[in-house]
Formats: sequence, C-alpha cells, structure tokens
Amino acid sequence: MAVDAAQALGLWGVPLAVFGGAIRASTPFIFVSLGECLTEKSGRINLGLEGTLVMGAMGGYGVSYLTGNPWLGVLAAGLAGCLLGLLHGVVCSLPRVNDIAVGIGLMLLGTGVAFFLGKPFVQPRAPILPALHLGAWSSIAQVRAALEVNVLFVIGALLAVLLHWGFVNTRVGLVVRMVGDSADAARAMGYSVGRVRILSTAAGGFLAGVGGSFLSLYYPGSWNEGLSSGQGLMAVALVIFARWSPLRCFFAALLFGGMGALGPALQSVGVTSGYYLFNAAPYVLTLVIMAASCSPRRTLAGAPGELSVTR
Amino acid sequence: MSKQDVNGDCRASATKPSAVPNTARREIVRALAVAGVGSALGLPFMPTARAEGKLVVGVIYVGPKDDYGYNQAQAQAAAALKKLPGVTVVEEEKVPETMDVQKAMGSMIEQDGASLIFPTSYGYFDPHMLKMAEKYPKVRFAHCGGLWSADKHPKNTGSYFGYIDECQFLNGIAAGHATKSRKIGFIAAKAIPQVLRNINAFTLGAQSVHPDITCQVIFTGDWAMPVKEAEATNSLVDQGVDVVTMHVDSPKVVVETAARRGIYGCGYHANQSALAPKAYLTGAEWNWTTPYTAHVTAAMSGAPMNNFMRGGLKEGYVKTSAYGPAVPDVARKMADGVKGKMMKDDFVIFKGPLKDNTGKVVIPSGTSRVQTDVVLEQMNYLVAGVVGKV
Repeated sequence: MAVDAAQALGLWGVPLAVFGGAIRASTPFIFVSLGECLTEKSGRINLGLEGTLVMGAMGGYGVSYLTGNPWLGVLAAGLAGCLLGLLHGVVCSLPRVNDIAVGIGLMLLGTGVAFFLGKPFVQPRAPILPALHLGAWSSIAQVRAALEVNVLFVIGALLAVLLHWGFVNTRVGLVVRMVGDSADAARAMGYSVGRVRILSTAAGGFLAGVGGSFLSLYYPGSWNEGLSSGQGLMAVALVIFARWSPLRCFFAALLFGGMGALGPALQSVGVTSGYYLFNAAPYVLTLVIMAASCSPRRTLAGAPGELSVTR
Repeated sequence: MSKQDVNGDCRASATKPSAVPNTARREIVRALAVAGVGSALGLPFMPTARAEGKLVVGVIYVGPKDDYGYNQAQAQAAAALKKLPGVTVVEEEKVPETMDVQKAMGSMIEQDGASLIFPTSYGYFDPHMLKMAEKYPKVRFAHCGGLWSADKHPKNTGSYFGYIDECQFLNGIAAGHATKSRKIGFIAAKAIPQVLRNINAFTLGAQSVHPDITCQVIFTGDWAMPVKEAEATNSLVDQGVDVVTMHVDSPKVVVETAARRGIYGCGYHANQSALAPKAYLTGAEWNWTTPYTAHVTAAMSGAPMNNFMRGGLKEGYVKTSAYGPAVPDVARKMADGVKGKMMKDDFVIFKGPLKDNTGKVVIPSGTSRVQTDVVLEQMNYLVAGVVGKV
C-alpha cells in the first residue's frame, strides 16, 4: 500500500528529525551567536541582535525579491546588520552610554523598521537559497531530506572554527580579546579601544544580519512578521551558555535547533502526551544548564573582563 | 467590575460632584484633539460629529493583515466594507490579546468615533471586549469565535463564526483521493473546540473516501510559530504523510514546506494556491464579508444587534478554493456532490455512531448533530482514526 519513498520510519523518525532539525533550524543561532561572541569578546554586549536578525530577514528577502538573486539578499542582510552594529558601536562609544540600554533600543528600532519596510514583501515570493544535497548517497527519502544542507550552515561551521583559531592565533584576535579583557592594557599598548569595539560590533551585526537572511531565504523561507519569534534573543543568551567560545557556540546552536524539532517529531510518531513540555524543550534546556552552571561565588569562567555584566 | 473601574469611580465622586466627570474630560480631550491637532495638521479623518447615515467601524487584528491567513481573511471583509457608502473603516494590526486591545478599542471609540468594533481574535473576548462593552454600552462589539451566550454576555456584544468544518470535510475528500500512503496530517495550533472540529471534519472527509485513512495531528502550541510549523511539516513527511492541512494563523509556511518536500497541501483561512500551484489541492476559506455587511447594515439602520451569527457554505460565511491540477475528476465529482448537499442542508458531518480515538462513543447511533447544534461548539475529542491527544 505505502509506496517506497513514503515509507514510515517509525521511532527512528525522532532522532532523525532532531538531527535534521539541528541542521535546518540552527543556522540563525550559529550566526547570531558567533556575531555576539565577537562583540562580547571586545567588551560590549549588543542586545539589539534580535532587531538585527529581523532586519536581516526582511532586507535579505526584499533584495532577493527585487533583484532575483538570493545571494545579493544575503549580502544586503549582512550590510543592514553591519549598519545597525555600527550604530550601536558608535553610540556606545559616547561617554556614559550604557550598551545594554542602547541594545534594547536598537532591538525595538530594528524590528520596527523591518516591519514597516517589510510590509510590501509579505505577499510576494522571492527566490530562495539553494540547498546542497549531501544525502544523495542514501536510498531513504527521509535521510536525503534531513541532509539537505544550506551553504550558509557550512559557512557558519567553518566560521566557528576560524573565529576560534583567530582569537588564539592572530594579531587581530588577540587585540580584540585584549580590548575586551582590559581596556587599560589596550590603551597602554597604543590601541584605540573605541575603534576596536566599533569594528567588532559592526562585524557582529553583519553576521547576525546574515543569520536573519537564512530565516527568510531558506528555512522556513518566507518573510513575515512572526518569523524570528525571539531567536535573536535566545542566541545572545546562548553565548553566555557557550562561555564565549565560538566552537561551543556552534554546538550549542545545534543543540537548540535540534531541541526545537523534538516536540513536533515526538507527536508525529504518536507520542502525544505532554507536547506542551516538549515544545518548550529549548527553553527548559536553557534554564537547566544555566542553573547547573551558575554559582554566586565566582564570575563565569571565560567572561571578558570588560563586559558590563561581569564587571 | 474591575479594580480599576472602582478606583475611577471613587476618585470621580471624591473630587468632583458632577455626575459624569469622566465623560466630560473625554469630551474635552476629544475637542482638543479635533480642534488643535486636527486643524493644525490638517488630518482629514478626524471626525467632528457622528452624522446620520455615517458609521465608523473599527477592526482589530492579532497579526499582520496580509499573512495569507486568518487576519487576511478578516481584512478582505474590512476592505469590502470600505466600499459601502457612509462607512469609514479604521484598522489596527498586531494587537496582542492583552490590555493593549482595550487601549486599541478605547482609542477607536474615543478618537475615531467608532460605534461598531470587530475584535477578530479569539483571546480578545474575555475579559477585554466584555470590559469595554460594559464601559461603552452604545457601541456594538462583534467578536469572531464561538464564545457569546445570551445568558452570560451583554446585548451590545455578539459573536459571528462560520462552519468552516464543512470546507475541511471537502478538503478531506480531496486529501482522501490524493493520499497514497493513507496517512494524512494536520498541523494545529491549540486544542480548542474550533480546531478539534476542523481536525475531525478533515479526517471524516478523508475516511469517506477510504475508511482506513489515519490523520496524524501535531499541536505547535501557538497561533504563529513559523519554524515549528516547518519542523512539524517535515516530521509528518518523514512519517509517510502525503497530504497536510492546518489550523494556524498563517498557513504560508506549511503550504510552502509541504510543496518543497513534494507532498500535497489543503489550504485554510484564505487562498494559498499562489504559493504552491501544483501541490495545492483545495482550501477552506472564510467569507467574512457576509456577517460584516449584516452587522454594518443593522448598525446603520439602528436595528437591534444580531448577537449570534453563524453560517456555513449555504449562508456564504465560508467558501472553498478552486481545485488544483492534482485533484482528479472523481474527487471533484464526489466533493461537489457533498457540497451541493451541504448547500441544501442535506448533509450531516457529525452523526452517530461516532467514536473518539480512545474508543468512547461520542455521538450515539441514531443521533445527528447538525451544524447549528451548539454541542458541536464544545467539541473536546478527536474522532477514531486521528492520531493525537487533546
């Protein structure tokens, strides 16, 4: 009765869905958390990345629709994010400006502007990014579908490695870390603290914008105002959870993406009770890990010394 | 009475002996707004008086009004109202189901002079709309959903709703013909009666083609969860489901994801065929213009408000999308036949013997629950063949 391609996987569907979900849904988390990681390493917190993400999603979709080239959309999303990051960086360089307050302001600004400018793009369909078919070796349709990987995911993974390596081994990486750990030391060495932080925040904004374009241009792959539903904020929290390590950011993002797929996957195989709890899995996971890893007796290991929350 | 209102009354009687100081203050504010702001900025839509033969209608949406879904269906009716002579429509989008909606209603009434309000989201009803209805007894409030009852709620409020389960039954017939795996899927937001009724009607429609069809339901937990809806669609496809439909605010994501995974989809709320021309079978659409126009006509002529408005295909409250190319003739013929019977009140979707998916008899043999039966509006079960739990 059932045709081969549509054969049910049964319970194997759950780990497969979590795995597939980790790949599909994690990319925005990866980009936003890597961007935030870079910004925080320089000693600033940019809470506005939720706004940047939404702005990137809208800008990317809009440009892809207008030009017909989704990659131009990705670039535009990055540049929009870069501008927002630059704004945050410059404003925070003024005396007695609190970076967290500016971030909240930019979050509201970014989402508001995106909703305003994005109105005409809710209805039309823009060309979206192609997928790499890494599952072509498998005869199982579900595995092939789970291994439809977007290039941005691959770039995100490489970027995590690159950032990790860069923070340890390159001059630029060391300067960013020094500015983040001790502004006084950086000044003594002759580096402009403000400039490094502005550039780091702008680069972080660029990444978050690209993350947003993934949402609108690949998965779920359309622009509407409920698209982000707080993913940018979760990604910022994820950086603390990952202890400011780009590699751990990557794995944490995978975990969050996978957890988001757990609720629907369990229901699809007939585990029907407690779905509200399973749907809340990413949030529960955050709480559990935060509670388990926090201690009132010490600051978080790995935190940049200049961050206003740890100072 | 809320605490806030009580406080307001106390303060009023303590400071000013006059009977209606609140109204007086409001009048002043309004006069100032009209005289100062209106003339200074030259705003054309500032009302100066509620003239005879004119009506200002306020429509409030919970989401964006061009979302290919629930809000778009309401906005299409609001757009139709704008064409009626003497009717001005004021709209507000993305109003959460919180105190915000009371503020939105308040400013529509006070500043725009609205005397008929359509708060279109389920959660606006209690306590927000009821509270405002008490405060403004002369304004009519028409809520979308099945919550109004004559013995509990004020006469200047009411509910309108459509028997869209009729269209979901027809969706089910199209799905029943299209499925090869005999597994169909339903992505639902929350387990409330209207949603359960749709799931059941969709399943029964498909089972009228092949009795052994099962329907896998996934609850996402909220009305707009784009990533979760996409995940749910993917999970269903992975389990061999080859036709999906949904009851979420914006079906766009589900329809598009289903098309990308190569399965069929039936639409909901509005017509989504433009999103997936080949994969779209048919769809259950609202036609709110009918109840909207009736409310406006009554309000303009001063006729008493019709508090309880219901209708299905026959009354023009709901309609179906045109069939997609994947629907075979045999399916079209069968669905059109059932639709014809529904138009003549000659078809009952929920009739006994009917069991739920735990084996309990929910409608005994010999009982027919026709569409107008309010028992159906309290539905709290999933019929046999649905895989899922309320």
